[in-house]
Amino acid sequence: MAFNSADIGAFKNVWVFCEQRQGVMMPTTFELISEGRKLANELGVELCGILLGDNVDGIAPELGKYGADKVYVYNSPLLKDYTTDGYTKVIVEAVEEIKPEILLFGASNIGRDLAPRCAARLHTGLCADCTHLDIDMPNYKGFLTEASTLPAERIEKLGTVMINREPHSVERDLKMTRPAFGGHLMASIICPRFRPAMATVRPGVMKKRECPKTAEIIHPAFNLTAEDIGTEVVETVKAAKKLVDLIGADFIVSVGRGISKDVEKGIELGQALADELGGVLGSSRACVDAGWITADHQVGQTGKTVHPKVYVALGISGAIQHKAGMQESECIIAVNKNENAPIFEVADYGIVGDLFKVVPELIESIRAAKAAK
Amino acid sequence: MKIIVTVKQVPDTSGKVAVNPDGTLDRASMQTIINPDDMNAVEAALQLKDELGCKVIAFTMGPPPAEGMLRELMAMGVDEGVLITAREFGGSDTFATSQIIAAGISHYGIDPDDIILAGRQAIDGDTAQVGPQIAEKLHLPQVTYAGEIHKDGNELTVKRILEDGYMTIKVKTPCMITCIKELNQPRYLSVGGAFEAYSKPLVVMTYETLKDHPLIDKSTIGLAGSPTNILTSFTPPQKGAGMMLEGAGKETTDKLAGILAAKHII
Repeated sequence: MAFNSADIGAFKNVWVFCEQRQGVMMPTTFELISEGRKLANELGVELCGILLGDNVDGIAPELGKYGADKVYVYNSPLLKDYTTDGYTKVIVEAVEEIKPEILLFGASNIGRDLAPRCAARLHTGLCADCTHLDIDMPNYKGFLTEASTLPAERIEKLGTVMINREPHSVERDLKMTRPAFGGHLMASIICPRFRPAMATVRPGVMKKRECPKTAEIIHPAFNLTAEDIGTEVVETVKAAKKLVDLIGADFIVSVGRGISKDVEKGIELGQALADELGGVLGSSRACVDAGWITADHQVGQTGKTVHPKVYVALGISGAIQHKAGMQESECIIAVNKNENAPIFEVADYGIVGDLFKVVPELIESIRAAKAAK
Repeated sequence: MKIIVTVKQVPDTSGKVAVNPDGTLDRASMQTIINPDDMNAVEAALQLKDELGCKVIAFTMGPPPAEGMLRELMAMGVDEGVLITAREFGGSDTFATSQIIAAGISHYGIDPDDIILAGRQAIDGDTAQVGPQIAEKLHLPQVTYAGEIHKDGNELTVKRILEDGYMTIKVKTPCMITCIKELNQPRYLSVGGAFEAYSKPLVVMTYETLKDHPLIDKSTIGLAGSPTNILTSFTPPQKGAGMMLEGAGKETTDKLAGILAAKHII
C-alpha cells in the first residue's frame, strides 16, 4: 500500500537522526536521545536512533547509554560523507517502511539541510530550531506558566484547536516551541494532521541525561546507488584552528561593540578575564560582522545558545538576538558605559563603566578574592 | 542560462520590535527590509551576471507592496521581477510556501543550465526550510550554506560551510544553492539603476496563473494546505531586575568578586 502521511494511526515510536561526522557522533545527538527518551516515555512508546554512515556500528551502542531502545544502522560507502540526496533517500524510505510518529534532527548545518528535504518528500510538517518539546499537557502548561507572559486562564484552556473547522485535541501531539522574529516572540507549533511530526532542535539546549539501556542494533535492507546522488563531495575539511567550545563552557566572557575604541586591547582584556575564570571568549554579532573576531566566538540567535555558570558581557548593548542566546546563563554580569543598555535587563549584576578601566580591576579583585579563600 | 533568486520582504527585527497584546507581531508599526541573507543571494547572482551576461530574475511571494522590494532589486541590476500574490496563498507554512514558489518557478520555466539561488534563512522565521523544500519539489539537487561559489560550464563548485569546517561540493545545473552572509558583500543600488528599475518587466502570478499547475491544490497551499499549525504564541517574560552596583571603581569590582566568592561561583 502506498505510504500515506495522513494515516496517523499507522505511526508509532520516537526517532532521532543520529548525526555523525567522520565516524564521531555529534554531541547534539546525545542531547536529542535524552529528549527523545522523555517524549517516548510520555507517549509510552520506544525510542529509536537512525544512524547513517560507512561502518558506523561501533558508535551505535553508546546511544543506549542515553536511553535508545533500538538503533537502525545504515552502512554504505555512499553514506560515508553526508550528501543531501543520499541521506534523504535512505531516511525517507526508512520512515515510509517503519513509520515513526516523531522524527527529531539536530539543528546543525547538516540537520537543517536534510530535515526540510525529508519533510517535503514525506508530505509532513517540520518545525525549525526548537528550544522546547512537550507531549504531556500538564508539563506543557507548566512550561508556559514559567516561560511565557500568557495569563493563567488562557494556558488552562489550551487543549483543543480548530483545524480546518474541525475541533482537534492536541493531547498526543508534539508541542514544538521555538523562538521567532529574532527571539521577540515564541511560538508552539503542532503537526496535527500528518506523521511523523518533525523538528530540528537547537544544539546545546536540551540536557544530556544518562538512562542506561542496551540498544538493539538493527540493519534494515536498503537501496542506494551512486546515481541517486546528484552532488559530489570533493573534500571535507575540519577547521585547522581549534574552534571555541562555547556550548560546553562554564564561564564565558563576551565582548561587544564597546571594544571599538581599541579592539586589540579589548579582546586581550576579555581573554584575560576569561583565562582568570577558566573560561572562553565569546562575542556579539557586531564584532564578528566587523571582522574583529572569528564567527566561532559568536553568541546569539544566528550563533549559539549558551548557558554557562557565569556569563560576562563586556561592552555589549544586548540586542534581542544576543540576549536570546545567553539569558539562560546561571549568573550574568554586564559591564557597559550606557546605563540604559538592554543587557542590564537580564543581568544579575551590572556595572556602569568603561570596560577598559573596569576589567583590569575586576581581574585583580577576583584574584584577591580567590587568594583569600 | 538564467539565474532565479528567491527573496522575501521581512519586518526588520534588528531594532525595536512591537508586539500586540495578543502575542502576535505588530507588523504595521515595523519597517520592512529585504531579508539580509537574500541580499547575498542577489549579489551572487549579479556577480555571475557580470561575468557571464546571464539574465537574473527575482522571485518573491507576498502582498502586493512587495513590488517595491522587487523594484529596488531591479535598481541593483536584477533584470526582471516575479511577484506571486493571492489570498489563497496566505497563511502558508514552509511546506505550502515552497509548494507555491516551486510552482511559480516551474511555470516560468527551468532550463538545464539555470541556477536558483536563495538566502539561507529569513530573519522573521529563521527556518532555513523554504530553499531546500523548493529544491525538493522541483527535483533539483541542492547545496546549502554556500560560502563560495565557482562556475565552470554547467558545473558549480561550492564551499559549503559547516560548524567545524567546510565541505567542497560539486553540483551540476540546474540546482538550488542557499547563500550565507560570508559569501559576499552586497552592492548598493545605483542612481542610474533606480531610473531604469521602473522600465524593467514585472510579472505578477496569481492563483489564476498557477491553479492548473500539478503542485497547486487546495490541500497543499495556504493555511488549509499547511501541515503545521500554531498552537499558541507568546512573549517570554523579562528576567527579574538584577543588582546594579554603584560606581565603577575598585571597591565595586571588589564587592562583585566578594559576592561571587561567597556564592562559590569563583
